[in-house]
Amino acid sequence: MQDVAEASVLDQSSTSPVISAQGLDLTFETNDGPVHALSGVDLEIGKGEFVSFIGPSGCGKTTFLRCVAALETPTGGTLTVNGMTPDAARKARAYGYVFQAAGLYPWRTIEKNIALPLEIMGYSKAEQDVRIAQVLELVELSNFGKKYPWQLSGGMQQRASIARALAFDADILLMDEPFGALDEIVRDHLNEQLLELWARTEKTIGFVTHSIPEAVYLSTKIVVMSPRPGRITDIIESPLPKERPLDIRDTPEFLQIAHRVREGLRAGHAYDD
Amino acid sequence: MRNVVPILAVLGAIVALWYAVVAPMNIRGALDMAERSGAEVVPAESRARFEQSVWRLMVNNPDYIAAGYSLDRPRLPTPQQVGQELWKTTGEMALKGRPMSKRSLIYHGWITLQSTLWGFVLGTVLGMAGAIAIVYSRVVDMSLMPWAIISQTVPIVALAPMIIVLSSQVGIEGRGVPKAIISAYLCYFPVLVGMVKGLRSPGVAQLDLLKTYSASGVQAFLKLRLPASMPYLFTSLKIGIAAALVGTIVGELPTGAISGLGARILIGDQFGTPLAIWAALFAAAILAGVLVTLLDVLQRLTLRRMGMQA
Repeated sequence: MQDVAEASVLDQSSTSPVISAQGLDLTFETNDGPVHALSGVDLEIGKGEFVSFIGPSGCGKTTFLRCVAALETPTGGTLTVNGMTPDAARKARAYGYVFQAAGLYPWRTIEKNIALPLEIMGYSKAEQDVRIAQVLELVELSNFGKKYPWQLSGGMQQRASIARALAFDADILLMDEPFGALDEIVRDHLNEQLLELWARTEKTIGFVTHSIPEAVYLSTKIVVMSPRPGRITDIIESPLPKERPLDIRDTPEFLQIAHRVREGLRAGHAYDD
Repeated sequence: MRNVVPILAVLGAIVALWYAVVAPMNIRGALDMAERSGAEVVPAESRARFEQSVWRLMVNNPDYIAAGYSLDRPRLPTPQQVGQELWKTTGEMALKGRPMSKRSLIYHGWITLQSTLWGFVLGTVLGMAGAIAIVYSRVVDMSLMPWAIISQTVPIVALAPMIIVLSSQVGIEGRGVPKAIISAYLCYFPVLVGMVKGLRSPGVAQLDLLKTYSASGVQAFLKLRLPASMPYLFTSLKIGIAAALVGTIVGELPTGAISGLGARILIGDQFGTPLAIWAALFAAAILAGVLVTLLDVLQRLTLRRMGMQA
């Protein structure tokens, strides 16, 4: 079974990568001297992969995602998104970005919040309506389009923000600890939903998290990172099947991967002292 | 309904305190009146009374305390006297069909209101324009903001006559324009400060989100910064319009104006008619209250329309 999974991963990586980083460096100049947020990061992400970035604070996992989104500019190395520079990829609407806070506008209904990127990108009103209905259905919020954000629970707000990121057909979804502020029960539910959504839409997903079970449960590839300087310490191709019921988390395979992630994190932490 | 009791309690306490203070404030006046009409008071001499404290006078002349509550020209009029004067110069004149008589506070209030509203509009436009410039330009932030703060440390009473003189020098007739400028001078600052805070209220993540859509600066302003600043704007407008009214009244005070609530206050002072001063003061306070309340209603309606809980 493990062989089959690895074979399918090979298939994916045989096509050209969606995101490709080589020797990526990013150094922030601060008053306390330079901070090496990213150092020598090499990574390839294939189409349709679900890649989690895990590591302690300051390991550069969010920074890497922000580089992909062209919200930060690397100081060294190369980074391409869909074969373009991150800037060009952004202008080509290559990705949707989901932040830790849902960040919905309190003065807009859920529908209008989802319409925000569509308005900015100049979609027609009719096209907007079609897309809003589509993504609302995708995140199971069809009956909540007319509500204001404060009328929704935290988990529902985050689903709405995912819908907003999906509205304009980007084939990459970048998620920066999207469920970090939610309680574990809601989180489990959203994780399940996210996997379904991923299977239906076949997006490529980059997902930053603090949680080992979340990373292992969701991902086809787990990138373990460590701080000072921010770098990759391990890349784990998950042998788990694409179909993943929640109780897969009790299987030996799952626990084995979780163990390897934990080892990777521990190895990175040895630098601290 | 539960709120009515504490509100009435505070109001009652203020009125009671006011009535209590009237007695010591007016005892000298009451005794002077009594002396002039031939009554016996202790001490009999006005000069001797001047040496004594009001408390002692009250103890020595308890019969005349009551007279202090109905003087024509009291040091401190009673709430009832102020109310009567206010009615006489507003409602009664309106009933007589002369609401715009030169002796009517409705007429003077209207003069003041016009300048206030012009000043408010001018100040709000200037404040908002300044805030936008400050938020979008670091250079403007560093060069304009200190002057905005300094402008508010200059006493407006000192500045008002200069503005009037300068505007007549450049050939502006009448007092309407300089009064509006003085009013705007006080009004723009709260609007500027509130709008800067409001326009800057969206967090980094909010701005980053728009960047991921490659939104233009104008789009970010119209779709995020401006709506996000609305609650701040209304709070500032409420402070601003009260400041604009104060500015107008100050503009009417030291400048020889003959109409407007400020002029009524000054004339009341010069002619020794405290009732006129107090009536004009209350008219100004009521006007300010009405203006702020109107803005408050507008705020509630706007924010509710925007779906925000106000």
